[in-house]
Amino acid sequence: MSQSMRITDHPILGADEPKKKVTIYYEGTPIEANEGEPIAIALANAGIRTLYVTEKMNKPRGIFCGQGRCGSCRMIVDGVPDVKTCSTPVKDGMRVQVQHGLA
Amino acid sequence: MKELEREILIIGAGPAGISAAIEAAKAGAKVTVADEHDTIGGQLYKQIHKFFGAADNHAGMRGFEIARKLEQEAKELGVEFWLNTVAYGIFKEGVGIVRDGDNFIVKAKKVIVAAGGIENTTAFPGSTLPGVMLAGAAQTMTNIHRVLPGKRMVVVGSGNVGLIVAYQMLQAGAEVLAVVERDDHIGGYGVHAEKIRTAGVPILTDTIIKCASGKTSVEGVTTVKLGADGAEIAGSEQEFNADTVIMAVGMAPLTELLWNIGCRFEFIGELGGYVPVHNEFMQTSVDGIYAAGDITGVEEASVAMEEGCIAGIAAASACGHISAEECSARCASHIDALAVLESGEYDGERSAARAKKLELYKASEK
Repeated sequence: MSQSMRITDHPILGADEPKKKVTIYYEGTPIEANEGEPIAIALANAGIRTLYVTEKMNKPRGIFCGQGRCGSCRMIVDGVPDVKTCSTPVKDGMRVQVQHGLA
Repeated sequence: MKELEREILIIGAGPAGISAAIEAAKAGAKVTVADEHDTIGGQLYKQIHKFFGAADNHAGMRGFEIARKLEQEAKELGVEFWLNTVAYGIFKEGVGIVRDGDNFIVKAKKVIVAAGGIENTTAFPGSTLPGVMLAGAAQTMTNIHRVLPGKRMVVVGSGNVGLIVAYQMLQAGAEVLAVVERDDHIGGYGVHAEKIRTAGVPILTDTIIKCASGKTSVEGVTTVKLGADGAEIAGSEQEFNADTVIMAVGMAPLTELLWNIGCRFEFIGELGGYVPVHNEFMQTSVDGIYAAGDITGVEEASVAMEEGCIAGIAAASACGHISAEECSARCASHIDALAVLESGEYDGERSAARAKKLELYKASEK
């Protein structure tokens, strides 16, 4: 999934209004994001699904509950581990990294 | 620890919580609503379908429209909202909350707990892969943030949530390859099932996901049929070129706060598990603690709103803003509405479940 996953037109919600863009850095790679959207959403749009890797078995994890409850989306954000990226908004210049285990 | 005083504290800003806030404020109470998320409206924001239902005045509106209307009404009535605020416990001393990184005890005369529900999960080989997610997450991505979770989906569960989420994925431009249902019949309303069938989506009953495969995220899904004995039928496997699996396998009431303060519970399977017993005014077995919405049993948002109205009126009355007679008079239409909402297709069960809770409440009073 390399191209954008954004829903530009929608039969109920209408056309997407243009949003202010910011840039976040995923493992050093710049990713364009809509201002205020959750980190995991910006990454999903860019086709990035692995957010966390388990400690013992090295199994990938991604968005699961999408509302800050399950912890499957936690990443290292600006050096801070265990940030629930499904419910933490992006900020311009933010650096996000996949978290391995307890990090 | 810092203490705050409030008249009525409502935990949860979903359909039940805001409805409670509006009715309590209309009766003259000072109301504060706390919610752990940063928006008002709870799950209504994900709901882009039109609500039906006979009795309530939101029929024909879409969930997010109802949320906006309720939010505006509550704000006009002066309801105070504490967002990004977690209520972590209800104690004799008050309600423990964390707000702006600070810890408080809120001493409220009455507390209405409208914490909602939590989605159930199911497990199969590959169910932890990225690309497997709960229906709520798929709806949040698609309907709020407008990013598709994937392009080719398999939905697990044919209850109303599964059917609606499948239709919403189609609306958003994804392909839905199948809805699988382990039961021998479709769980949700015929009207929802018909919409996705018409769009060409097969609903496979007596079927489960055998596994999801893929290296770092879902790249394929295998389903298998179940026989009458519940065992997999060898050779009935079907492969789907899916990149996403959406789980919609029911919900359970989010009851921790009510257990914590010692409310009496009863196991009622039709309502999603252990639920607090309450009287017709949504008062739990603990004095001054009310409950409304999915926490009292998982049903639709329409039911949550009616219960919220009742709890709000009753709590305001208990604070002395309106008389007991006025309370009964104001609650009457909402109690009638509940009876209508719970009298539909499945709903002998649901009205019986409500009667059971009321009866057990009475028994606990003696």
